[in-house]
Amino acid sequence: MIELDGVGRSFTLRRKKGWLRGETRVVHAVRDLSFQVAAGEFVGYLGPNGAGKSTTIKMLTGILAPTSGHIEVAGLDPSRRRTALARRIGVVFGQRTTLWWDLPLKDSFHLIRLLYKVDREEHRKRLAELCEVLELGAFLDKPVRQLSLGQRVRGDIAAALLHDPLVLVLDEPTIGLDVVSKAAVRDFLRTLNAERGTTVLLTTHDLGDIERLCRRVMLIDHGSLAFDGTVEDLKATAPDETSIEDVVTRLYTRQARL
Amino acid sequence: MARTYVLLAVTWTRAAAQYPLSMALLTVGSFIVTGLDMAAIAVIFAHTTSLGGFTLPEVMFLYGTSGMSFALADMLFGNVDKLSQHVRAGTFDSMLIRPVSPFIQMAVDRFTFQRLGRTAQAATVLAIALAHLHVPWQRAWMIPLMVLCGIVLFTAIWTLGGAIQFLLTDAPDVANAFTYGGGQLTQYPLTVYGSDLVRTVTFIVPLAFVNWQPGLFILGRPDPFGLPYWLRFLAPVAALALACVAGLAWRAGLRRYRSTGS
Ligand SMILES: Nc1ncnc2c1ncn2[C@@H]1O[C@H](COP(=O)(O)OP(=O)(O)O)[C@@H](O)[C@H]1O
Ligand SMILES: [Mg+2]
Repeated sequence: MIELDGVGRSFTLRRKKGWLRGETRVVHAVRDLSFQVAAGEFVGYLGPNGAGKSTTIKMLTGILAPTSGHIEVAGLDPSRRRTALARRIGVVFGQRTTLWWDLPLKDSFHLIRLLYKVDREEHRKRLAELCEVLELGAFLDKPVRQLSLGQRVRGDIAAALLHDPLVLVLDEPTIGLDVVSKAAVRDFLRTLNAERGTTVLLTTHDLGDIERLCRRVMLIDHGSLAFDGTVEDLKATAPDETSIEDVVTRLYTRQARL
Repeated sequence: MARTYVLLAVTWTRAAAQYPLSMALLTVGSFIVTGLDMAAIAVIFAHTTSLGGFTLPEVMFLYGTSGMSFALADMLFGNVDKLSQHVRAGTFDSMLIRPVSPFIQMAVDRFTFQRLGRTAQAATVLAIALAHLHVPWQRAWMIPLMVLCGIVLFTAIWTLGGAIQFLLTDAPDVANAFTYGGGQLTQYPLTVYGSDLVRTVTFIVPLAFVNWQPGLFILGRPDPFGLPYWLRFLAPVAALALACVAGLAWRAGLRRYRSTGS
């Protein structure tokens, strides 16, 4: 479902140094990254801040083109076939909404129906379903800017699933949520993956997400893959640590020292 | 694409209609502000009978056609030069995950009919001018074609302005200088400007094809600058050429898009 082969992405930064003079610096956000995710998998994508998680997600969705390597998602090259891929993929950014700030939530859903050209009846059914499990009913008429973070993230998740995508990628969907909202989001994602077979890839700093949701964990650091395996494998890398927090802390700091 | 645009525009209009008073005020406001333009022309003609060699109805004709092209282009696509705002707010990323071109999504974002005030004002001026000019139909057929080409030309300039912002995220005013500047420039007969400027807007930034060259044909006038007669039929070519350049620039810019570090 997701295939990366030697993918790299660098950014050239220009710093002005007086008139006409400048200094360029190249940041390698992702380098030589290769992995595969099969249909129906639930994968956690971990890494410290600045590791290149968001950059990877943006390349998977076609927002950014890779500077090297090859990507295929749901059978398509994201940067070349971005609009075709959009119908097969759903995206959630926990840090900012993809909804329309000033419009009531239900108008955002209406715009999405128009953008994806979802059949009216099908849309109505799917929306009713999502409203029920994500408990959106109470704030459908509120403008997005008035929603609480938990409500907004649930709205964003519903919006990403209205067109019934094959793959769902989420960039820190549980960031800043209270325990109740977190549990609601996790339950929903688990059911979605188990019952609809939707492939899910999520980035997170919350190890609870990993323990409760992901069968497979990938750890990225400084743009390259540092670990790829099951949660048990991850724990086995540091047998003398008892909690997964400590295991990951050790991995992060070991990477930093290298 | 056009269908998607219309459907989205209807949704935005419906959303704005929740505040009917502010919508009405904005429409009236834009009608009045642009009416002041016309008052300026009236003041000129109170002291003289011609402007750059053109009579009042002829000047009104040029003003009305330029105004219609500009106002319609502004209403439909004027938003595409807000690119850097969308990039900074992260909304451009959101547009890229939808199965519709971000160009259309940006153009229709917060669509309102409020700018129809400007179009209505320009159309009124044009109607008055035509009532005085008695243009025979052998030449009048050019009018709708000219307005359409004008819309394409202004839209292309806005698109270029947007495309530049893929590279220079802090240069949104470049486009405005050309679009709003161009809108102002073409309101008057080009004879009021120097011939160097006229050559520039004929051959480089082809604003002379918004209403000047085809306008000379419609008005049955010789070219005051002595440029070739066939230029007056070249508006569609100029519009198409600039649209192609703008389209290519947009695509090149989009390929270089780098989002923002979170
Ligand atoms: N648009 C951009 N321009 C310049 N540098 C960027 C951009 N996006 C990301 N980066 C850099 O790439 C690196 C990885 O960033 P990111 O993928 O956002 O990390 P993460 O999501 O894992 O925290 C960081 O060093 C960041 O500064
Ligand atoms: Mg990130």
